[in-house]
Amino acid sequence: MTRPQLEVRDLEVRARNAAGEEVPIVERVSFALQKGEVLALIGESGSGKTTIALSLLGYARPGCRISGGTIRLGETDVLGLSRRALRDFRGRRVSYVAQSASAAFNPSRTVMAQVTEMALLHGTADRAGAERRAIELFRALALPDPERIGHRYPHQVSGGQLQRLMAAMALIAEPELVVLDEPTTALDVTTQIEVLRAFKDVVKGSGTTAVYVSHDLAVVAQMADRILVLRNGAMQEIGPTARILSAPQSPYTQSLLAAAAPVPRGADQPPAAAPVIAVQGLTAGYGRIGADGMPQIPVLRDIGFEIRRGSSLGVIGESGSGKSTLARVVAGLLPAAQGRVLLDGEALPPALAQRTPGQLRRIQLVFQSADTALNPRRSVGAILGRPITFFHGAKGAERDRRVKRLLDLVQLPAAVAERQPGELSGGQKQRVNLARALAAEPDLILCDEVTSALDTVVGAAILDLMDELRRELGLATMFISHDLHTVRAVCDEVMVLYAGACVEVGSRRAIHEAPWHPYTQLLVSSVPELRQGWLEERGSVRGPEVIGTDRPACAFFPRCSVALPGTCDRVAPPRRTLSKGADILCHREEADLLRAAIPAGP
Amino acid sequence: MLRLVAARIALGLVSLLLVSLAIFAITSLLPGDAAQEQLGQAATRETVEALRRNLGLDQPGHVRYLRWIGGLLQGDFGRSLVNDMPVAQLIGSRLPNSLMLAAATAAVSVPLALAIGTTAAMWRGTAYDRAVSMLTLSVVSVPEFLVATAAVIVFAVQLRWVSALSAAADITSVGQFFRVFALPVFSLCCVIIAQMVRMTRAALIDQLRAPYVEMAVLKGVGPWRVVLTHALPNAIGPIANAVALSLSYLLGGVIIVETIFNYPGVAKLMVDGVAQRDLPVVQACAMLFCAAYLVLVTTADVVAILANPRLRHG
Amino acid sequence: MSRMLRQLRPAGLIGLAILAFWLAMAAIGPAVAPHDAGAIVDMEVFLPVSAQFPLGTDYLGRDMLSRVLHGTRYTVGVALVAALIASGSGLMLGMCAAIWGGWVDGAISRTLDTLISIPSKMFALVVVAAFGSSVPVLILMAGIIYTPGAYRIARSLAVTVNAQDFVTVARARGEGTLHLAGAEILPNIIGPVLADFGLRFVYIVLLLAGMSFLGLGVQPPNADWGSLVRENMAGLYEAAPAVLMPAFAIASLTIGVNLAIDVLSGGRRAADER
Repeated sequence: MTRPQLEVRDLEVRARNAAGEEVPIVERVSFALQKGEVLALIGESGSGKTTIALSLLGYARPGCRISGGTIRLGETDVLGLSRRALRDFRGRRVSYVAQSASAAFNPSRTVMAQVTEMALLHGTADRAGAERRAIELFRALALPDPERIGHRYPHQVSGGQLQRLMAAMALIAEPELVVLDEPTTALDVTTQIEVLRAFKDVVKGSGTTAVYVSHDLAVVAQMADRILVLRNGAMQEIGPTARILSAPQSPYTQSLLAAAAPVPRGADQPPAAAPVIAVQGLTAGYGRIGADGMPQIPVLRDIGFEIRRGSSLGVIGESGSGKSTLARVVAGLLPAAQGRVLLDGEALPPALAQRTPGQLRRIQLVFQSADTALNPRRSVGAILGRPITFFHGAKGAERDRRVKRLLDLVQLPAAVAERQPGELSGGQKQRVNLARALAAEPDLILCDEVTSALDTVVGAAILDLMDELRRELGLATMFISHDLHTVRAVCDEVMVLYAGACVEVGSRRAIHEAPWHPYTQLLVSSVPELRQGWLEERGSVRGPEVIGTDRPACAFFPRCSVALPGTCDRVAPPRRTLSKGADILCHREEADLLRAAIPAGP
Repeated sequence: MLRLVAARIALGLVSLLLVSLAIFAITSLLPGDAAQEQLGQAATRETVEALRRNLGLDQPGHVRYLRWIGGLLQGDFGRSLVNDMPVAQLIGSRLPNSLMLAAATAAVSVPLALAIGTTAAMWRGTAYDRAVSMLTLSVVSVPEFLVATAAVIVFAVQLRWVSALSAAADITSVGQFFRVFALPVFSLCCVIIAQMVRMTRAALIDQLRAPYVEMAVLKGVGPWRVVLTHALPNAIGPIANAVALSLSYLLGGVIIVETIFNYPGVAKLMVDGVAQRDLPVVQACAMLFCAAYLVLVTTADVVAILANPRLRHG
Repeated sequence: MSRMLRQLRPAGLIGLAILAFWLAMAAIGPAVAPHDAGAIVDMEVFLPVSAQFPLGTDYLGRDMLSRVLHGTRYTVGVALVAALIASGSGLMLGMCAAIWGGWVDGAISRTLDTLISIPSKMFALVVVAAFGSSVPVLILMAGIIYTPGAYRIARSLAVTVNAQDFVTVARARGEGTLHLAGAEILPNIIGPVLADFGLRFVYIVLLLAGMSFLGLGVQPPNADWGSLVRENMAGLYEAAPAVLMPAFAIASLTIGVNLAIDVLSGGRRAADER
């Protein structure tokens, strides 16, 4: 075996905590990488994966310090480099792709200036040469208009394109090692796959050695030759990707794998009960409402659904699809422009101020990030006590008793009532968040991305709890998520939103089966599967990357792989019922869609 | 972009109009009867009435305002109640002195403050940065007259380098120029440099914490280049704002400094006007200073619009 | 609270001590002063520091220590009331603007923006020219001048908190403005608002001292520290304590408050990051 390209031995990084003590956040991490190999660092938040990635460039964030071990790249001892030598080393021999390209690009300089900066700085090319190389990379990364995209400013380029431009920036000086830090986490799943494909082609094509940091096993399975599993700054196990996925040895890896492939909870068919909530012809948005009843900036168009007692509707869509707005409209925070919301068959006034306390009590919201969902200055007892007093008038000992019962319901110890939200873990906060909604004794709970900010394992436990509560208390839930896995795991019915329109709605079983609405199909086939080779098997179903100036009659028209020009962009698509039992919004016949459907796994 | 700039300038003009309304309301409409006040309690009703008519006080408020603002637009600033000279002439004779003082101060303070602020941000946390922070904090939290009097004690009384009193009229040589301007300019500079340094440092540090700066460091960009080509372009808006606010502070600070050094500028004219309740002089001077202030902040906002590619390229 | 006190650095403690001292003097200063403020105690004017006259004597031969102590009320007291007016109304308007949004926010913001486009000293001079400089006029004027600044800070803080999900949840529950402002928003912005209150107090002290120095502030026979500097300017050339001491008193107060603010917001930050 040849001498490895990169060798990390006994790496230790320390950070100063609030009390001013230095504590290790990475301990005794060792690994080696052969030339052309891709190693994945995988772990949840706080596992030290980004810290390790940054130390490969000889860098520690403010407040942190690389306190031990050695890092060798080629013949260079990275940690022994002088400040000056480190400047020549970074960018030239190791480069970095950050998680959020929109934050990592300087907003006041053109993309080209930033992409070529490293080559000019390190003298690997002159300006003309660097720009030529940049355009080659843009082309290799499948960026639209490679000749001219460099002249734009970062805000004029989409998120997925920026992420690819950052890869071009990292590769411009032809470094020996590229560090990719969660480069697709901030992207929508349908964008992620294009970016992954581009990364993989370029990295494999140029034989670059790479370290790929991620929390997502399915993504890593597509990219990495080997996987290193981290937890709390320590190594759990390291091995070839296939072995880690098929025969994980560490119990922690096993739990990660189990959480990554969630088992469906609940029934495949919604229970037969009266609908708690029914929404009909709902249109909402921001700005003045015009003569035609459309708001100036429409966000939702003609949405309709029902949720029965004890059942759960999943709402899925990418960022900007209007899914969070839907929850706000149902809760009354944003009055609808048109349409009706019926609670137990009785029409609700659109605006919050006109609803009765009883109506408000019966619909409760649970939000995404528990960090902003709980008032950091009030104790858990006060947070839970307020709705109890507000809706049920209970005070004193009765209130405390109810708070205790709620904590018990969400499986938290009674002592938590004395604590402030800041003293709780992410999972505990999300349980308190849920308990606050339950305190009102609602009929319907609107959950907006409740597990998105949590680590997979913790999130899975929350989903279990919610499923249990739903059945125990007979709650109806609307479950908003961008993650198809999550929605499939907990919902009886699934509604797919695209640009504010409901493009497909059906039972959970129906969402598993072809044919789909073309957008659902794109979504379903874009979710990475937990096996190697999936990315290579999956063909591109994406249409050309064009952004039209006018909104076409079917909003998905510009991205649709089976669009009918002249029809889809001019005539509003009809609603049709497919034989699998789902309604879709499309011009195409069922048979056409079936033909277009590519087998997308189980 | 042109629309944004035009809108910002229009907003500045509207503000100036509202400010003129506020100033006129405070000085002419609210305080009661200027004629009665001028003649005292002993005056007969007839003489008061006559003066009221003479001053136009018998007209309704909006007519008086329109007449006043119309006069301002045509360069007619009214007459001083104290010495019956045209206000325009009083201001005209003082304005060059004030402008000279402001220009000298700006020329010294802006480059110095930007340099100190930038270096303090770059070497933040070092002894240099802490010293700058401590010093500027002390200067901004003491009254301007303390700085000016301290300057007099040190340079004029103890060291006898310069004379404490200035008179802009008798400048005949470069040496004299320095002797006259040294102390006022030094005092003004102390105060506004301290302010500008603090704001510049804060604006730059804000940018230096941004993820794109970490990215630049990881690209191997050196510390000077990080500050000058990465952070600075994004801090131009806040820094322009800091410069405008500090220079506008000059308008206030100049009042104290002109008084201490007995410097014949517009601010001294205004203070004397306030002391003698010479309202036409006060109104005109206040409008002049407010207009200067609005020009400064509007310019800063326009610079910020031009410096931001998001606003520049829609 | 005790944790916060333990985290205080010496600079912060000194700042708090200075502030507490001057606040106490504002309350009891005239009672502990050795002489009456107007009493001429010595024929010698501009006496240096001595055991008999710890701060020397002024241009009429009055005891400076007594005059500074009597003046505390006019400097600290007046500024405190004005700062309370400014920060209090700024905070209330800011929270209303954040919670109600829409045209209420627009109307309040536009109105106060107009006030901000008059430089503070200019506004003060115009008001004094029109209404004279009695203590109530000075208090009200300073309060109004610094309301827009307090409003801007409070509004931007409140808007940030108001956008957070826990406020949305409370709103969806049907809670009224009072609960949203008092229980949900205020506890989360009180730290920076207090720090801003301290800053505004400093600005007002400086503004009023400047006005008094010009002879346009507190009028004789009463005197705040700015007036004391003004009336003793003749002693400047002999560096008499009569002109230096009131100036130092102002500097000690404003620097003390600044040091205390750094501790306040720093302690806050440490508590939040825990």
